[in-house]
Amino acid sequence: MPDSTLVGLHHEEEHHPELLHHFADAQQQRDASSLGMWVFLATEIMFFGGLFCAYLVYRRWYFGDFAAASKSINMALGATNTAVLICSSLTVVLTVWAAQTARRTLLIGSLAITMLLGVTFLGIKGIEYKDKFVEHHVPGASFSFENEPIPGHPGQFANPRHAQMFFSLYFVMTGLHALHMIIGLGIFLWLFVMAWKGRFTPEWHTPVEIGGLYWHFVDIVWIYLFPLLYLIDRHP
Amino acid sequence: MSAHSSSTASPLKGYFAVFFALLVGTGLTVYAATLDLGRFNAAVALGIATVKATLVTLFFMHVWHASEKLTKLVVIAALFFLLLLLGLTMSDYATRLWS
Repeated sequence: MPDSTLVGLHHEEEHHPELLHHFADAQQQRDASSLGMWVFLATEIMFFGGLFCAYLVYRRWYFGDFAAASKSINMALGATNTAVLICSSLTVVLTVWAAQTARRTLLIGSLAITMLLGVTFLGIKGIEYKDKFVEHHVPGASFSFENEPIPGHPGQFANPRHAQMFFSLYFVMTGLHALHMIIGLGIFLWLFVMAWKGRFTPEWHTPVEIGGLYWHFVDIVWIYLFPLLYLIDRHP
Repeated sequence: MSAHSSSTASPLKGYFAVFFALLVGTGLTVYAATLDLGRFNAAVALGIATVKATLVTLFFMHVWHASEKLTKLVVIAALFFLLLLLGLTMSDYATRLWS
């Protein structure tokens, strides 16, 4: 009996309760988790990649119309949102660091600020969408894009049907991105609750790392969406 | 664990440096869009975006310090297939009018 107790104690010392038995150590388990997340992100890259491909094809065909349509989007709001997402990426990286180094206040604080920045992003996005509805730039029966000049071609006007293709891509791409933001906010809310309960330790904080990877990926998608959708031919 | 914490002993300086580089890149891409660079506007915008995305991937997503080579392989494979998708599609559309 005393022997088995000793073995049990020894066992607990060697293995963190979250370490699954088919992994050699915590490091290997962490590597396996982030590898799995990266495989998922690879599928996400192809998911968004199809839309980027459609965008490139139509932008080539309808360049002038796309430039005219792009000019109607609020560049200042888009640039602000880019900055908001970059700030949130910093707070996410601080979150992961706080979990690695067992800094509870920083962990909870940076999770909260990340969510706040995410909500700010969605709010600004909502203002942009509202403007598009008011201007009748939402594809559909009430779409209107008449007499909009093509930048760099005086006297020429954008074809409304071609401009509608730009706005379709704009809404699908930013909409899908916004959906990812909403899912990210859900993940971070869950991380916040887990962190509040003190579940994360320097030995085990895999959800924080995985959630962080997801958030950064969504940021990278926006890094490409911003110049492609907002900044076509902005020069006077 | 020890290898992990020693490689990220105090990464804060690096994180803030990347953060400022990303903000500068955003400002730069907005400024570049107001210049008339002809055909190079798109190239400059995509170039800056790619630098920003690379910084996020390598340093914020810890790919640079990833101890597992397989992770790096997955990242490179994903980008390879993305470039295959974009490159082959665009090389088709770009050459359709050649006679």
